[in-house]
Amino acid sequence: MSEIPAELRYTRDHEWVREEDDGTLTVGITAHAQESLGDLVFVELPAQGQTSEAGEACAVVESVKAASDVYAPVAGTVVATNEALEERPELVNESPYGEGWLFRLEPEDPRNLEGLLDADAYTALLEEEG
Amino acid sequence: MGSKTPLYQTHVDAGARMVDFGGWDMPVHYGSQLEEHHAVRRESGVFDVSHMGVVDVRGPAATAALQRLMCNDVARLGGPGDALYTCMLNERGGVVDDLIVYATEDGYRVVVNAATRRQDLDWMRQQGAVGEVEFIERDDLAMLAVQGPRAPAQVQALLDEGLAGRAEALRAFQALEAPQLFVSRTGYTGEDGYELIMPAAKAGDWWQRLVSAGVRPCGLGARDTLRLEAGLNLYGTDMTAETTPLESALGWTVAWEPETRDFIGRQALATQREQGVTHKLTGVVLAGRGVLRNHLRVKTPAGEGEITSGSWSPTLERAIGLARVPVGAADACEIEMRGKWMPGRLVRPPFVRHGRVRIGNAD
Repeated sequence: MSEIPAELRYTRDHEWVREEDDGTLTVGITAHAQESLGDLVFVELPAQGQTSEAGEACAVVESVKAASDVYAPVAGTVVATNEALEERPELVNESPYGEGWLFRLEPEDPRNLEGLLDADAYTALLEEEG
Repeated sequence: MGSKTPLYQTHVDAGARMVDFGGWDMPVHYGSQLEEHHAVRRESGVFDVSHMGVVDVRGPAATAALQRLMCNDVARLGGPGDALYTCMLNERGGVVDDLIVYATEDGYRVVVNAATRRQDLDWMRQQGAVGEVEFIERDDLAMLAVQGPRAPAQVQALLDEGLAGRAEALRAFQALEAPQLFVSRTGYTGEDGYELIMPAAKAGDWWQRLVSAGVRPCGLGARDTLRLEAGLNLYGTDMTAETTPLESALGWTVAWEPETRDFIGRQALATQREQGVTHKLTGVVLAGRGVLRNHLRVKTPAGEGEITSGSWSPTLERAIGLARVPVGAADACEIEMRGKWMPGRLVRPPFVRHGRVRIGNAD
């Protein structure tokens, strides 16, 4: 089983969400997601200031094998993107929960976080998907 | 669960990501497809290709059977140890499979694709019954492809002295038979190297010895990007039962002479050649960012076509593909990606051979 840090929240689309001290949300794809995709060769990031509805596609990760949309886990405004990925998309493979983060959102309503999965629920989801 | 090669557990233990490949559980990579790709271009890698089918053809009518079944002519083989690449066609000239035929001491050895091995065997037995001939499926064997600039020396170092000398002397598309080992200078990567066929029980030992000698385990993911860079067709995507060799950049495999050789599909091919083919298979390079995928639409001034194999070239660091386009198409083209037409260029494959880029810059 891939690494699933206990302190993070997850979506059914294999994204992780970390609540920062300032209330913003850092978003990336899980170790399981990057393993399934294989070596990434491109990451397309959202524009800063872009607002997204929950579940709206706002980034694309593309590997040798497949392209995959990354969705906004909750409604919010993009306040930062990981520009290092433009040159080094492999950071997502090497460090999916660290240097391979994708973007940071200012959530419209912090309470929306409650709809996300915790580590146990995400572990169960992966087991279910086999 | 799919079929397993004798090395299945070895791959799992090495941390391979296993995927279904034509009904077989095969390693797609052992961590990084890109690193495995570069290892083969720069040093060496070993692929388990035991899912491919080995068929020995024996009997007095073996030559006649293969001359009927294959569009290339086994009469071109000089003797035991010579090999040729050919397509096996249906009556419409469509490709049933592409394969390599080796002349051996007691007949021929044919190596076919994994996904088609069952239907190939049925087809050969049915359509090749021109006399006393036997098609023997060798599922007691395993096959390893050892590829890359360092591969020949690394393999030779594991052979006894006499055999090493003979292996070194092999030219491309030549093979030798030794006790419990068949060595051919063939491959599917655009690099030098060997393909080794051995009894299934010996495969694990060979694998370990190669890895200990510094050869990197490589999965079928890297095998695909390597063959695409080398401009080598993949059966089932670049050509199928619905496309002929003339539409698939494989016209060179058709032996038209002697005219009296009545191979299956000859009439259909002759008609197509007379009337002129409408489509060809060629290479595509994407100018900008993104990765080409199979079945994307291609627009050219001569008409529309389709990407048959699209991927990412780790050597060129841009997207490349093979495409079937109208015969008049050349140079500039556009490829539809996520609803937008992106600029690209048609080029003549190969893209990369022997570690060197063989096409100009697409910009």
